[in-house]
Amino acid sequence: MTIQTEPITINLGPQHPSTHGVFRIRVTFDGEVVIDVEPVFGYLHRGTEKLAEERTYTQIVTLTDRLDYTSSMTNNLAYVRTVEKLGSIPVPERAMYMRVIASELQRIASHLVSTGFFLQELGVFVTLLMYCFRERERVLDLFEMLCGARVTVSYMRPGGVFQDAPEDFWPALDTFVRDMPGYIDDLEGLISDNEIVLARTRDIGVLTPELAIDSSASGPVLRGSSVQWDLRKAASYEVYDRVAFDVPIGSSGDSYDRYIVRIQEMRQSISIIQQCIDQIEPGPVRTEGPFFVRPPAGDAYSSVEAPRGELGFYIVSDGGISPYRCKIRSPSYINLTSLKDLVVGWKLADLVVIFGSVDVNMGEVDR
Amino acid sequence: MTRALDGEEVARRINEAHPGAASEWEGGDVWVEPEALPAVAAFLKETPDLDFAFLVSISAVDYVEYFELVYHLLSMRLNRNVTIKTRCYGRDEPSVPSVVGVWRGAELQEREVWDLMGVKFEGHPNMKRILLWEDFPGHPLRKDFLRSAH
Repeated sequence: MTIQTEPITINLGPQHPSTHGVFRIRVTFDGEVVIDVEPVFGYLHRGTEKLAEERTYTQIVTLTDRLDYTSSMTNNLAYVRTVEKLGSIPVPERAMYMRVIASELQRIASHLVSTGFFLQELGVFVTLLMYCFRERERVLDLFEMLCGARVTVSYMRPGGVFQDAPEDFWPALDTFVRDMPGYIDDLEGLISDNEIVLARTRDIGVLTPELAIDSSASGPVLRGSSVQWDLRKAASYEVYDRVAFDVPIGSSGDSYDRYIVRIQEMRQSISIIQQCIDQIEPGPVRTEGPFFVRPPAGDAYSSVEAPRGELGFYIVSDGGISPYRCKIRSPSYINLTSLKDLVVGWKLADLVVIFGSVDVNMGEVDR
Repeated sequence: MTRALDGEEVARRINEAHPGAASEWEGGDVWVEPEALPAVAAFLKETPDLDFAFLVSISAVDYVEYFELVYHLLSMRLNRNVTIKTRCYGRDEPSVPSVVGVWRGAELQEREVWDLMGVKFEGHPNMKRILLWEDFPGHPLRKDFLRSAH
């Protein structure tokens, strides 16, 4: 006797405990095996690009906080760098160091969130996520000292940062940098060689380097597929050319490689912060300019290596106090281009793991 | 350090391979004719000493008389970039050929441009709205879209 089977389409999300953020995906299964997926976006679409056309250049910094809400600092940086490029605004040296320190702290915080949720999606409920969030909390405390806010920081301005760090920031940062490698060791000790984690992630959701480049993937997704490309090295900005660091890459492009690249990047970030602490000199942190930034008419594109990949802004100015057009190149959104190739042929439980390893942030996908 | 290629040089190379395709250049930007876009894209990707295998982003700007599409391209191997622009006239049914056949990375980005700016891409395998729902009236990033009207 043969059993009649037929494909079945089910809906995952937008509210689902295994998809962090309001991500919805329609999945077609043959039995338990995924044969087709169709992501449905837009549940967090706020029209950021349109809103930006009605605000002044300085006000838009607050909108960028809310793109990828787990990495506001790098969002700020990508935006203000584009405005500075467009308006040829100089940045004092101390401000550049402050920005790099803030960005690398943010990278650690963001990768901790990614790793925590990735493990959550593997079925390790809450415990490891809380370990990750405990450390992230310390980064947020540092941000609170820097600018008074923990998540929506709005710390950077065209021409520098909003204020210098208070006295007690530096000893707190030292303690953090000293403690953090031990915490990463602890975290890795629990998961990196764990048999269940390996069985669930090794060789699952393989992204080939060719497909990664063809589908414009960036960040840990691209580097997990053994493509050595990091904007901090390749298009060195701020003071990244004055610090020594490695660009970790994966070997086979599977879910495990994307996870391990993030862990290794956190170690590199700690080293970068330490070098910045050693090099930073007293000085101004912001170039004084007119209240309204008015870049000359023209266009500019500039990007930074955000925790999730290349975050770029393309701004067109007509010489006024707000941009004529402000386009956001969002890494999370573009990293989802190859999602279908990653998940087809795997089971439902693997889909959740693969999606977790790609690590998108819906605030940035939907904008 | 990523270096921007000279627009004039790139335009000359494009016009050698596809006469008349590149119409203007300025700094690192090259304007190409919309009809020639897929051919120029394939040429830029496949010529070994240009090697623009990575499509960084596609942006669309509404200049009222025309829409301008901006393609930021990158060669990771040579660490160079170039910006290709094309103009698309008409507000009723503007369209340009799709480059999905050359770069998969264009797939979601072209859908986003159609959704928010209302420029269609001919030859795209799935030209549907992406961030907004199918019945949404108008394309919000156009300059004549009034927020108060909706």
